[in-house]
Order: sequence, then C-alpha cells, then structure tokens
Amino acid sequence: MEPATFDPFGAGGSLVRLCAPLSVEQLQPLRTGGIVALSGELYVARDAAHARMAEALAAGQPLPFDPAGKALYYMGPTPAPPGRPIGACGPTTASRMDPYAPLLIERGLRLMLGKGYRSPEVKASMLHHGCVYLGAVEGMAALLAGQVVRSEVIAYADLGPEAVLRLEVVDFPAVVVNDLHGGDLYLSGPARWARGKAAG
Amino acid sequence: MTERLAKRAGDKVAKWKGLIVSGSSASGVRDIPAEEVTRRVRELTLRASIEVPADHRAALCRALGAEESPLGCAVLRGLLANADVAARERLPICQDTGYAVVFCELGQDVHLVGGSLQAAVDEGVRQAWAEGYLRPSLVASPLERRNTGDNTPAFLHLDMVEGDQMRLTVLAKGCGCDNMSALAMLTPAQGRDGVIEFVVETIRKAGPKASPPVTVGVGLGGSFDRAALLAKKALTRESGRPHPDPDVALLEAELLARINDLGIGPAGFGGRITALAVHVETFPTHIAALPVAVNLDCHTHRVATGVV
Repeated sequence: MEPATFDPFGAGGSLVRLCAPLSVEQLQPLRTGGIVALSGELYVARDAAHARMAEALAAGQPLPFDPAGKALYYMGPTPAPPGRPIGACGPTTASRMDPYAPLLIERGLRLMLGKGYRSPEVKASMLHHGCVYLGAVEGMAALLAGQVVRSEVIAYADLGPEAVLRLEVVDFPAVVVNDLHGGDLYLSGPARWARGKAAG
Repeated sequence: MTERLAKRAGDKVAKWKGLIVSGSSASGVRDIPAEEVTRRVRELTLRASIEVPADHRAALCRALGAEESPLGCAVLRGLLANADVAARERLPICQDTGYAVVFCELGQDVHLVGGSLQAAVDEGVRQAWAEGYLRPSLVASPLERRNTGDNTPAFLHLDMVEGDQMRLTVLAKGCGCDNMSALAMLTPAQGRDGVIEFVVETIRKAGPKASPPVTVGVGLGGSFDRAALLAKKALTRESGRPHPDPDVALLEAELLARINDLGIGPAGFGGRITALAVHVETFPTHIAALPVAVNLDCHTHRVATGVV
C-alpha cells in the first residue's frame, strides 16, 4: 500500500503531487494558492552560491548543475545531526537571489522554492520561459527536515551552509505563489484579506 | 592546566586583598565564575533554539482561533506542529538559527572571576552552536563575508542594575525579519499619527519576507541608537503583555489592529493575522526629535531568560 501523502496544510483532495525534474506541461495545472507535495530532485543554492554561479557564467565556465527542468530551493540548512541527512531546512528570502534568477530561468529552470516577493524582472522571465515560484514556510523548518531523504554537497563546499546541495525529497509541502498564468499569491492573498484603510 | 588554576586562585586572593586594602565591604560583593556564565548562556541558547517558548506558543494558538483564511490557519497549524517536532527530535525550530543577542542585566555587586564577560558569553554560544547542530550564520567582515564558523561573537548588551545577580536573556534572532526592520528620525510635528504610519508601512513593505505572523518591537524616543536598542529589547517582553503605561498600551493595541488590517497573513499568503503582538518601549528624547525604530521577529520567535 502506498503511504499517505504528507499533507501538513490539510489540502486533502486538492493536493497536487509533483516530481522533479519537471516539464512545462506538468506545471500548467498549478494555480496560485494551490498546495503542492514536491518529490524527487531538489537543488539548493542561496546568496554566495548564486554569486559564484553568475561569475562562472560570465567566465564561460559550466554551472554546478544544468538548470534545465530542475527545481531550485533557496535554503541553507542547519548541520545534519548524527543519523540524519539534513538539519532544519526552511526557506530563505528569495528576493536576494532576484539579480541572478533570470540567468537560470533562461537556461530552463522550472521551479523555484523560497519565501517572499519576486521582482518584476524575475516574474517576467518566469512567464516568458515557463517557470513557477512556490512558497515554503520558514517556521516549519524542523518538520521539513523529515521530508528530505538524501542530501549531498555537489559544489562550493567551502561555502559551508551556503554550498550547493542536491536533495532527494518526498512530499515536500509548498504553496503556489506565482503560477504560469500570471497569478501572484503575495498580491491576491493580502488583497482578499485586507480591510479598513489598508483595503482602500 | 593546574598552573593556570593555581594562578587563577592566586589572582582571586590578590583581588580580595585589594578589596580589603581599599576599604570596600567584601560582604556585598558576589563572585561569579565565568564558567557559570558560559554554562547558563549555553543552556539558554539551546533552549531558545529548540523549544518554542510557552508565551509564543500561546500567541500562535490565539492566532489560530482568530484567523479566518483557510491557508492562514493551515500555516499556523504547521508552525505549531513544527514546534512539537523540534522539541521531540531536538532539532532547531528554524534553519536560520540567527545571531545570539544576549541582554545582560548585571548587578553592580557582581564580581566576575576567571575571564571577561564577552569571552564567557561567546564560549556559551560556541558550545550551544556545536552541541545543538545550529547553523553558523555569522561572517567576520561585512564585505569580505568569511563565516566565523562558530556563530560568535554574541551581540552582548549590558545594563548595570542594583544587586548581586546577573540576569541573562538570549534572543536567537533570525535575519530575514531583521533585514525588514527600519528606523526613522521623525519630527515632533509628525507625532503619534506619524509613528503609526511609519510602523504600519514598515510591516507592509516587509510583507512575506519577514515570515509573518511577526512580533513587532518598537523603540520610541531616545536617540538614533537608543531607539534601535529599545526596539530589539521590546521583542523579549512576554508575548502580548501590554506596556504598563496605559497610553503606550493603547498605542500598541491600535498598531496591532492596523497591522492586522493589512491582510498579509501567516507566511504572507493572505489572512487576518499578520502580527501576533506589538511591544512598544519608550524613552525621553530631544526637543527636536521623534526617533522611531521597528524591529521585527518572524513567526519563529526564540527567547530564553535565566538568572546567574
């Protein structure tokens, strides 16, 4: 019997299961505000790793991984305690990676996972090339550690918590923020719930 | 090692002699070994990083009762479930284990023996970081950005108080929300309304980046530096306990209502609860000034207090 999908958001029947690597077609049904259980291969890079990847591209050198079809998580975990693949692993603020994101989206990146707004440039690049942005919840970092089956450093080990990782995840819970159809939960969510002066 | 201990013991005797020679009353002074400070800081840092404090958990439960957005409720339930998992499996509540802000109320009758206060606190932080598998998240130079490896130094703030005790409060401060903090040197004419506008606008701009629902610390008055410190310190107050001054408490309530009208909601996905609490601390200021500082703490709010 297949184990029940990990569903901390209680999405039930509306939960969309995704397995990375991904095609644009697989992303088409996603809608802003929808809840996703992501499995498969998830790459991890944050500030310093992005700066290095941009330098590598500028110097005509290869990236630590081919972004085509990949899912990328903005995250820097705590050290793995003995017997675990990883420590706490919630998202970091995505906008700090905005200056670099289009470089990867142009090369076929299909999914970004983080927290917080993306810039208009990144959103335009996502719509143009077919990439979605999902939000994870930082304060669920210990819970998320249980959804990571494997973790390995694949580049820039000297960056410590900022090294590039490849994770294998099962039912990693996330919420669709920017879908392929122009939806943006960080705009539509607050607009729906604002009231008083803020709603004006 | 024994040599060092012998020297330390000798130093201690010399210090006592010094006290007697200078005529001070030795009876009022309490020796605290630096190791004891280290031990306490280690324990408080680990507790703050792994166990969600009862007042914050209660605030999350109240938020769950008040939230109307289904996705907002789902996030709040996720935060509570995370608190259980972290405590049970001894995992950090959040991967951004932050910087260790240590507020020390130092009784003026305390005599620290066997090392400096900063070194003793740093050692406690270093041990907690290693023992708790916390993430080293500090870089030594803001521009060169090389990791210090052990999350030291601690950001130590010292207040001299009466008595012979040392009260330590560790705030494990995440940075996503710290980055969204702001300070304004308003003019006196901008007054209360100006303060409210600035605080609410700061939360609006932070949006999902601060990982709401946030705890909001506001430092009102003082000077540029004092306002910022008050804002940070305000975060350590028991969640939602109103300021004893009824006017300030009223300001806190009005700010909380205005912030929650923003609709940002848990994780910024939309909802009624954007802030769990607003804590305002005030201080006398200059006739020309109205400084206001806003320091945010994300939905992972880590504080622990203990006495040495």
